[in-house]
Amino acid sequence: MSSLGRPARVTARGWGWRHAGRRAWAVHDLDLTIEPGERVLLLGASGSGKSTLIAALAGVLGGADEGDQLGELLLDGVPPATTPGRAGLVLQDPDSQVILERIGDDVAFGCENLGVPRDEIWMRVRDSLDSVGLDLPLDRSTSRLSGGQKQRLALAGVLAMRPGLLLLDEPTANLDPQGVREVRDAVARSLDRTRATFVVIEHRVDVWRDLVSRVVILDPAGGVLADGPVEAVLGAQGRALADSGVWIPEFPPPRPVRAAPTSGELLVSAQELAIGRNVKSVVRSDINLELASGDLLAISGPNGSGKSTLALTLGGLLAPAGGRVVARPGLAQGAAPNPIQWKSRQLLTRIGSVFQDPEHQFLGGTVREELAIGPRAIGTADVDARVDEILDRLGLTALAQANPFTLSGGEKRRLSVGTALATRPRVLILDEPTFGQDSRTWQELVALVAELLAAGSAVAAITHDAAFIDALATREFALETVGVIR
Amino acid sequence: MTGILTVNPVAKLAVAFILAIALVLSLDWVSATVALACECVLFAWAGVSWHTFWTRTLPVWLAAPIVAISIALYGKPSGQTYYSWWLVDISDGSITLAIATALRILAIALPAVILFVTVDPTDLADGLAQVVRLPSKFVLGSLAAVRLIGLFMDDWRSLQLARRARGVAESGRVRRFAGQAFALLVLSLRRGSKLATAMEARGFGAVTARSWARESRFGWREWLLIGIGLLVAAAAITVSVSTGHWNFIGA
Repeated sequence: MSSLGRPARVTARGWGWRHAGRRAWAVHDLDLTIEPGERVLLLGASGSGKSTLIAALAGVLGGADEGDQLGELLLDGVPPATTPGRAGLVLQDPDSQVILERIGDDVAFGCENLGVPRDEIWMRVRDSLDSVGLDLPLDRSTSRLSGGQKQRLALAGVLAMRPGLLLLDEPTANLDPQGVREVRDAVARSLDRTRATFVVIEHRVDVWRDLVSRVVILDPAGGVLADGPVEAVLGAQGRALADSGVWIPEFPPPRPVRAAPTSGELLVSAQELAIGRNVKSVVRSDINLELASGDLLAISGPNGSGKSTLALTLGGLLAPAGGRVVARPGLAQGAAPNPIQWKSRQLLTRIGSVFQDPEHQFLGGTVREELAIGPRAIGTADVDARVDEILDRLGLTALAQANPFTLSGGEKRRLSVGTALATRPRVLILDEPTFGQDSRTWQELVALVAELLAAGSAVAAITHDAAFIDALATREFALETVGVIR
Repeated sequence: MTGILTVNPVAKLAVAFILAIALVLSLDWVSATVALACECVLFAWAGVSWHTFWTRTLPVWLAAPIVAISIALYGKPSGQTYYSWWLVDISDGSITLAIATALRILAIALPAVILFVTVDPTDLADGLAQVVRLPSKFVLGSLAAVRLIGLFMDDWRSLQLARRARGVAESGRVRRFAGQAFALLVLSLRRGSKLATAMEARGFGAVTARSWARESRFGWREWLLIGIGLLVAAAAITVSVSTGHWNFIGA
């Protein structure tokens, strides 16, 4: 293929960026050269400006009204925003990157914007889809794809522009292990074909370790903290990186010591349960499971197998499409045996649910208010004491007056777990609690859940996280595939 | 037989407009009846199955009589009055107007529904940008936004369940709805800005002249459909004027 993009060179000289309306510089004093064809893993503590740098390289930071710039950041000697298509960017959220309704059209979108002739576009579309291993009809609907497939679609859309620089900003953080493998392999194959320069941000080092040759660590205080070959940098900086939340296989986060599992009092059981949004759309039926005090039930299953629906049904939020969810007397405490019949206030002290997306659950204007909503609804007298305790336990005291939506991903996750804990439910249902979390947040969550189990709560967690299951699970429940598109 | 399935959506849009304009010019029953009769014959060749036809046009069949009944009851009275009570006045005038309006709703809405059942949003956007030459940034931006509606519906459902999980599902209905609507607004703004970044990263909004992966064709079949639309409109107006029923609005 003659028209492959030439690998691009990145140069930053004294570069800095401050978002409009902010006091602090997101990045400053950055001096960095990335040679054509180099493959770089970009690391740094939260707030060190990794995403800002990648957005600037992709030319999507915006102009002077979006922020102030210092020094210069160049792609092949010119500002990135002046050469659309030279850098291609894939972001974290699979849903927000699908642009058009049909697979072929979506991949073609970038080429159209660059003014590529029609025949050439369709040649590139087929070529890119082949690169990322998406062997599907061009008119297949994009909304029916799994998370991993959507990310590969986004990658294909970027590759079709024949970029000289491929940029990935945590592309696998929202994916299950299968999706992570798919995306990683697709990137590896594409890079071998295109030889493009490559920069990836990822706090799970093991995903990209074999693919990159160089690690650059940004310093939150400005500039570069460390830069060099992968093993050398990880050897010298591994411990410090792990402490700042980066996942480094050699420095796994410590796990709590757990007492040998004892069978406690039975709290909830599902009997011949059928789940679905309504009786007509049953995703799965004949589910039988039990949850006792001290249990952590890990629920796994591929995309589309109804894991989240099962969590909502067990949590008393969604009516069973068939069969029953039964709250045993120890949990019901005088309420009806079917959680779906409870008032939402009754649910608070019995079954707490933490959704996959914390933002769906936020109601308050500040972190403190957010945590007080539950305790106030059940009419307890010690609202402030409970809130203070949780703020302290989750390390959110300094953020008590912040708006929940402005928190970082890890802080949002801790807060959403905190809101459920504030009313001290005996059963806790967690939907992918560790998705996309850095190792520090992970460690805190695991310690917290271990405490709850020791205190006699029961937890059901939808999770693919092998380390989480290994650290906490007493039992596993696997949902099989139901009609997933391959 | 493909009927109108593969006809350029711009032509369908044009026909729906032609019929609507021709039929709102007058408020008589004759023009509406003529148009409706022609349309009913043409529906057979539209390439839409009867099942689709009835399920999609059901709202129209429900709306027309409801509107007609309210006009019969409250329309401006004239001629002989049959029944009168408080604001209700059923008279010759209000009955005639009711029938004419019901026929008019059917004559405008049925073809519009049939024409648009077969429109794919992507094809419409292609047509609007390439044939009508509307600004591509506007057209494609809207198209991408339409795709987010499905996500918003999922968000809304999650927000609803989340309120139950947070123990506030029994609080005042109005307040809860307002809070939930605000939360959805916040979420949709965030989704929108993420999507905008993804589009910008793919060169959307660049100064380069855009090319089109899909050509929006406008040929004899499109002109034929527009011609049929014009004929139906002309027939309706001609018959109405020649039989003396035409009453130009405002005249």
